[in-house]
Amino acid sequence: MVYAAAVLIFGLFAVVLRDDGFVTASNLLNIGRQAAPIAVMAVGMAFALGAAEIDLSIGSVAALSSLVVADAIGSFGFAAGVAITLAIGMGIGAVNGVIAVKVRIPSFLVTLGTLGIVSGVARNLNNLQSLPIRNDTYLNVFGAGSLGPISSLLIWTVIVGVVGHLVLHQLRWGRHVLAVGADRSAAGALGIKTDRVRITALIASAAAASLAGMLLAGRLAIGRHDLGENLLLTVIAAVVIGGTNLFGGRASVAGAIAGSIVMAMLNNGLILMGLRVADQLIARGAIIILAVALSMREQKET
Amino acid sequence: MNAAAPAAALEAEGLCKSFRAVRALDHVDLTLRYGEVTALLGDNGAGKSTFVKCVAGVYAPDAGVLRVDGVATSITTPDSARALGIETVHQTLAVIDTLDVAENLFLNREHTRGGPIGAWLGVLDKKRMRNETGHILERLGIRIPSLRHPMGALSGGQRQAVAIGRATAWGRQIVMLDEPAAALGVEQAARVLELILNLREGGAAVLLITHNMDRVSEVCDRAVVLRQGRKTAEVAVGDVTKDDLVAYITGAKSQQAHS
Repeated sequence: MVYAAAVLIFGLFAVVLRDDGFVTASNLLNIGRQAAPIAVMAVGMAFALGAAEIDLSIGSVAALSSLVVADAIGSFGFAAGVAITLAIGMGIGAVNGVIAVKVRIPSFLVTLGTLGIVSGVARNLNNLQSLPIRNDTYLNVFGAGSLGPISSLLIWTVIVGVVGHLVLHQLRWGRHVLAVGADRSAAGALGIKTDRVRITALIASAAAASLAGMLLAGRLAIGRHDLGENLLLTVIAAVVIGGTNLFGGRASVAGAIAGSIVMAMLNNGLILMGLRVADQLIARGAIIILAVALSMREQKET
Repeated sequence: MNAAAPAAALEAEGLCKSFRAVRALDHVDLTLRYGEVTALLGDNGAGKSTFVKCVAGVYAPDAGVLRVDGVATSITTPDSARALGIETVHQTLAVIDTLDVAENLFLNREHTRGGPIGAWLGVLDKKRMRNETGHILERLGIRIPSLRHPMGALSGGQRQAVAIGRATAWGRQIVMLDEPAAALGVEQAARVLELILNLREGGAAVLLITHNMDRVSEVCDRAVVLRQGRKTAEVAVGDVTKDDLVAYITGAKSQQAHS
């Protein structure tokens, strides 16, 4: 269904915007670059939602990560800088998970809190100033670089997608995430360590957000307190359009990536159509509601 | 009854469990013996499911002793119950609607492939699990159209059959079934009774919770009656009539005052 929607929207824009350069190599590449951070976050969010949790802090984790990585690779070099950033992102996920599970606060509220805290920290970190990134290795691997003709952003999307898909379908943990999300007490009655599964699902979503933040930083060659901050709703829409159940038990990594491409095409196409920002917001909101409604109806039928 | 009572598989002694002010279990003694089917009877809210959950490691009892094969054990998690050979079909079935039949059957006891690394990562051996699922269901006489269907697409009876298959497939020695035939059609209910008799034949200790007195007289050797969390009667099913059992359940008749 999400694949049909992707093709439909692509076809629609291709016809409507045939003179505005929608189907040009450079624009398609542009869409791919915009979709990459959304898709990476969406794969992480698919695990959180699959486990019947939600992670509202992903946008701020991405923003903080962009700043941290810009700073850390300057001080510690490429590999250590990336590792530190990822570790901090996963640490935030662990905090989210442990509070949600042990203090029994819904992850919706816990991550709403960390969203605020993390954005505040990001704003304080460099006084709202952006931090330039001059490390060539970093910019190649996470940003404008490419492997042959294939942009590194695209490669990251494929890696995250393939790994996410395999983890969800081929690893015990992936099945346990869905079992816990579908029926926590049943999963617990079968001896699945539901606390651990829920915490690790939130760590996975934070790790993905952290990686997405590093991709955003690489694309723009800066770290900034607001990079990716506004992507939360886009990501949730992409995941749900892709067939992941908002209330747990069902998740699709391939769908999340397709959903991300749909969202990126929408952004791009509506801009090319020359709509004013206000009208873009309205059109995009309406299309998202329609797409999610269709996607959820399909889920009920199967 | 045999002259020599069969060996005790599971002994619960003085089991207590309260939920806030409600005493769900009040010093309940219960023994399951190998090669015997014990019925656990009682009205709604009598404490039957609570008892099963305490033994299955879902609830931690407030007080009391559990012995398996005469050895006092603490069953703190569902895993520890399973490790002791105790399998349970919960009233809610504990099946996951969004996973398929094989995934449900092997949930939390998955086969992995790829050696120790694969085991550590948890790389699923789906082929093997699907094959074994086919054999298990066939042996139990459970017909499922496709093992790849998500559980949610199956009928109530099929779901129940899979849940029962999951508990009985492993050659475990202690099996507890909470209302196992409630959602089943006539033919499938008969199949479940057959399964229970097979388990007894194989020497397993079976606990059966049911509201159906016909079922009690068909397959059970002994019956234990709970009322408001207390054990009010324990009888050999051959010694009493169905009306007696109903009288114990409703409280019209009481066999033993609690000490």
